[in-house]
Amino acid sequence: MNFLLSQEQVEIQRAIAGFLSKSCPSTTLHEIYDREEPYEPSIWQGLIELGVGALIVPEAFGGLGMEMIDLALISEVLGANAAPVPLLGHALVTLAIMHGGSDDQKANWLPKLAAGEVVATVAFDEGGQTWLPEQWRLSSSTRLSGRKRFVPHGMQANLILVGLSGGGFALVDASAEGLSRCAQDGIDRTRPVAEFVFDQVVADPLPGAEGLAEKVRDAALVLLAADSFGGASRAVESAVSYATIREQFGQPIGRFQGLKHQLVNTAVEVEPSRGLYWFAAHAFDHIAGKAEHAAALAKAHLCDRYLQTARDTVEAHGGIGYTWECDVQIYVKRAMFNFAFMGQPAVHFDRAADLAGW
Amino acid sequence: MDLKYSAEYEAFREEVKAFLENNWPLKGEEAKLRRHQQQALFRQRAVEVGYLYRSVPRQFGGSEQPADVLKGQIIREEFGRVRAPVELPGVGTAMLVPTLLQCGSDWQKEYFIPKTLSGEYLWAQGYSEPNAGSDLASVKTRAELKDGKWLINGQKIWSTLAQYARFMFVMVRSEPNAEPRHAGLSYILVDLKQPGVTIRPLKQITGGEEFCEVFFDNAETPEDWIVGKPGEGWAVSKATLSHERSALGGASGSVSLFEKLVALAKSVEINGEPAIVDPTIRRRLAVLDGYVSSHLYSSYRQLSMSVNQQDPGLVTSMNKLISTNIGHDVARLARDLIGDDLMLSPPQDRKKEDGNEKWINQFIGSLGIAIAGGTSNIQRNVIAERGLGLPRE
Ligand SMILES: Cc1cc2nc3c(=O)[nH]c(=O)nc-3n(C[C@H](O)[C@H](O)[C@H](O)COP(=O)(O)OP(=O)(O)OC[C@H]3O[C@@H](n4cnc5c(N)ncnc54)[C@H](O)[C@@H]3O)c2cc1C
Repeated sequence: MNFLLSQEQVEIQRAIAGFLSKSCPSTTLHEIYDREEPYEPSIWQGLIELGVGALIVPEAFGGLGMEMIDLALISEVLGANAAPVPLLGHALVTLAIMHGGSDDQKANWLPKLAAGEVVATVAFDEGGQTWLPEQWRLSSSTRLSGRKRFVPHGMQANLILVGLSGGGFALVDASAEGLSRCAQDGIDRTRPVAEFVFDQVVADPLPGAEGLAEKVRDAALVLLAADSFGGASRAVESAVSYATIREQFGQPIGRFQGLKHQLVNTAVEVEPSRGLYWFAAHAFDHIAGKAEHAAALAKAHLCDRYLQTARDTVEAHGGIGYTWECDVQIYVKRAMFNFAFMGQPAVHFDRAADLAGW
Repeated sequence: MDLKYSAEYEAFREEVKAFLENNWPLKGEEAKLRRHQQQALFRQRAVEVGYLYRSVPRQFGGSEQPADVLKGQIIREEFGRVRAPVELPGVGTAMLVPTLLQCGSDWQKEYFIPKTLSGEYLWAQGYSEPNAGSDLASVKTRAELKDGKWLINGQKIWSTLAQYARFMFVMVRSEPNAEPRHAGLSYILVDLKQPGVTIRPLKQITGGEEFCEVFFDNAETPEDWIVGKPGEGWAVSKATLSHERSALGGASGSVSLFEKLVALAKSVEINGEPAIVDPTIRRRLAVLDGYVSSHLYSSYRQLSMSVNQQDPGLVTSMNKLISTNIGHDVARLARDLIGDDLMLSPPQDRKKEDGNEKWINQFIGSLGIAIAGGTSNIQRNVIAERGLGLPRE
């Protein structure tokens, strides 16, 4: 048994963290956050150059042929830095095409995805928390009509994977006739969302494969869990480091036992759950019988922990924590996105209970 | 990353399985022996082949195996599967033996360790006093050297199972003027069967009598029954050997407690249906599963890191608090599952026919876990200062 990262994995995490600390430090993050269109292509481009886009793409299509755990480890780092990049959509579209695309679709899109020549995203929710494949109603045909909401980086993407009734998928070009896109006023400006209305839009259906929709769903859950672990850990770290420099009553506030114990309690909520997303990511590729359950539990537990932790760390910062200029506000909002996107923890706790076989 | 064991370890697992197949339960005439005799016989055989007391040298009754956490884990898994006797529980094997191995003199090891491992010598831990609990350095029980003997006066409290113990390892003040306070402490061994020692069992919150007050009134112990030197008691008590048991003990305990809770939910009814189909109960179980599974995978990670000489960091200081928190959560769910049985007293000796009132022992016992061996607040202080690096009070 070796439940451990390889040296290579540790180095990839370090490289991504190093890149982000240079290309997107707190000041840059805030500057992007406050733009009319909160997006900076050069950061995503830099990640593409580091191989993030190619990571899970098979070698035959110009990729690195790596696994979900590698992608999840990168997600953790992006979460820790609240990186304003479209990884989630990119990863899910890549997976869907890898496992359910036709030979032509693979040959056409996978090399472009690997090289970052397209920005890709997913359109799943149709309103009223309809995130899961069995809830999609958009009818499968080569002409799509209907509505999708909360499409991450929907205004920036040029390739869209649309979830269809019966758990099918179709690819749509963002400039296709009949597609109108409208930016939503999303809370998490690191992953801006858009609403799409389809009116007889030409689509390219994926032939699909057994269990494809479930695989895409589980990948989303694992990546959100990993992002949440990264974000929650960083939120705790920043509250701890603030407690060592901020002084009141003539001493660092971190010396007061009340605050000390609050910080310990948040840390104890977060730190042990690293392995929960590791296991879910590992099971995704290697332990078929446990993958679904592990993904549901990881998403539910970690997105739940992240939101509560982020709220607690606002309180630990005092007034500065309640300002727009403080980093923790960005984490609270990323946590709100992670909490709701693909279904709230309650939904996945209930699925986990069913999948546990109780 | 790989959760499977390598071929070498799978081969080891097969060896362990084959051993268990042949040796537990006992067969023939041996199966007619009394239960504790059967267990002792089995343990002896398991030691001979190298499966129990692995870090203890052969000459002291152990099996003297090279440290190997994964083998330790496989042994626990396979012994657990067939419910074979494992190492004896209690502070003698868990605390005193490792302490003697690290800090004891040769004769102490020879004299005490073999009979402690065989279960002949039972031990009690004498740290806490009425005015020294969390603040252990304020221990007052005095030990004075007189005519080649330590003369002991004072009182210990909350000493688990002291009424059945033959010996106690005691934290005493031998150097009353030393500064800081903990530099005046010594770790000495005392025979409890002597006129100067009075033991009074205390009735616990559960109704049982598991811990005791122990009074020393000119009790005596030989000069060389001290572990380490006079004044080294604090350091000796903190010495722990690199243990195969490591972090996994706690997490696997949480997992099996959770499995019992799920079984309880299947066996009791809410509104005429098994509680396990109740949506609220299912949700709460799944939420708890999130914590229990986190703890389990976190222990796998700690195990793998220590095998590879890496430091798992912050989380190692959290394990006790995490297990304690899970115990509290289990208690709350069990409380709701057993319904009106919450109004019953818990059974004192475990019997097969016990009803749901046996969960009262967990409901209340989870509080004991939160207090014994360092309270949760003390754990938080340690995590804050040593783990998170927050300033000391
Ligand atoms: C079931 C059980 C078995 C035990 N077995 C043994 C045994 O075999 N041998 C033995 O020597 N002892 C034993 N103990 C005693 C145990 O170690 C002590 O009870 C424990 O260390 C707490 O000490 P105390 O009881 O004096 O409580 P106190 O130290 O008085 O604590 C009372 C409360 O104050 C809090 N507190 C104290 N100091 C601080 C601080 N600095 N910061 C924040 N909060 C603080 C504590 O967290 C606790 O909530 C046992 C206890 C129990 C419950």
